[in-house]
Amino acid sequence: MKPIEAKNVNVYYGDNHVLKDVDITIKENSVTAFIGPSGCGKSTFLRTLNRMNDYIDGFRKKGKVYIDGKEIYEKKVRVEELRRKVGMVFQKPNPFPKSIFENVAYGLKIHGIDNKYEINEAVEKSLKQAALWSEVKDKLDKPALSLSGGQQQRLCIARTLAVKPSIILMDEPASALDPISTAKIEELITELKEKYTIVIVTHNMQQASRISDRTAFFYLGELVEYGKTSEMFTNPKEKQTENYITGRFG
Amino acid sequence: MPAIEPELQALKDNVLDMLALVRNQMIKCKEAIHKNDVSLAEEVIREEKNVNTQEIAIDRDCENILALYTPVATDLRLVLATLKMTNDLERIGDCAKSIAKFLEEDMKGLPKHWLKDFALEDMLETLVSMLKDMGEALRKEDTKMALKTAKRDEQLNDYNRKAYKTTAELIKQHPDSSKTLLTLFSLTRDLERAGDLTKNIAEELVFHIEARVVKHKKSK
Repeated sequence: MKPIEAKNVNVYYGDNHVLKDVDITIKENSVTAFIGPSGCGKSTFLRTLNRMNDYIDGFRKKGKVYIDGKEIYEKKVRVEELRRKVGMVFQKPNPFPKSIFENVAYGLKIHGIDNKYEINEAVEKSLKQAALWSEVKDKLDKPALSLSGGQQQRLCIARTLAVKPSIILMDEPASALDPISTAKIEELITELKEKYTIVIVTHNMQQASRISDRTAFFYLGELVEYGKTSEMFTNPKEKQTENYITGRFG
Repeated sequence: MPAIEPELQALKDNVLDMLALVRNQMIKCKEAIHKNDVSLAEEVIREEKNVNTQEIAIDRDCENILALYTPVATDLRLVLATLKMTNDLERIGDCAKSIAKFLEEDMKGLPKHWLKDFALEDMLETLVSMLKDMGEALRKEDTKMALKTAKRDEQLNDYNRKAYKTTAELIKQHPDSSKTLLTLFSLTRDLERAGDLTKNIAEELVFHIEARVVKHKKSK
């Protein structure tokens, strides 16, 4: 089954038509990068995939968005359940002002899991998957905010993983990090794609080319080109894509 | 204008300079034969190091561009194509040096008609004209012109095939001069190879501009 499929998606914020007829199918167990200049609609589209735009004033959507074959904007869809399945990591690490342990356990608890053993196991597993366990295993009760920026971002990834999503959306997850922390996040993304479908918005062309299997280039709300990253960065089909990735835009 | 732009323009200019340098070496070889002037051959030998220096400088520029600007798409193809073109040009330069060395050492004592029999001057004329047009094609980034120019390497192949027969006949007539005659034949081989290398440059331009790989494909 296709994990993500968008058909003829149009998004409006009031009179502003921010996404125009976007059609895309995203493969499972792959990393897909969304690139494009600021305001091109890539983050809006990312947030459309787990209904993060629902409460934005004037938000309207046309077209269909399917996750694992189910239309996610249907009335019967429970948004909390959708967001468990489609996790999200943001640009700025946003741990809760709680302990490291509580940050990862939080999602489990709000989804009704109260078995202590089960929670302990899930926290350890998620922190290991997020390549953070060895750095925090002896200070799980310490405040999450005492961690470095890169560690906080991996903690947020662990928090996302704890509720067992199948898709992880990442909105510029390394843009606020130093090169070492960025490398760790990128390495982690490459490891995670074996089990998850990952979609990442990035302004960093090299990051998109390093870690993604496929790249989608957005411009002025349109999906201009979508294809294998290796082809997009060596021989893009569209002139607009070439101008953007070579820095000759505008 | 992106920061990489002046670097790429300098790269293109430097390749054109290197091509002009190599072409000039071939012109001097041709003139040395035409005027029976060994001093021109000596100039070619002396100036060969300029070609090598230019190759190393361009290689270094490519390395810097790759490391500092991380080029992609057409920019990346330009850098990759340039690396190969400079290698081709350096080898064409080596060919000029081989001819010049032969002329310096053996031209004076050579029977006049031998150089004509091997059509060295005609081959040089063809190659110089190919290099001139290839330079123009590179400057204009005109792949059609480049491929059309590349086709003329067939003339050099013909000259080389004829030289094989000439060598066989002359060795029969002058067995004592077989070493010199074989050297003359190897020079026609070098010039035929220089034609192939010029053709490679056209193929690299097609790769840069059109993202098409045309090498190792039979020409129609």
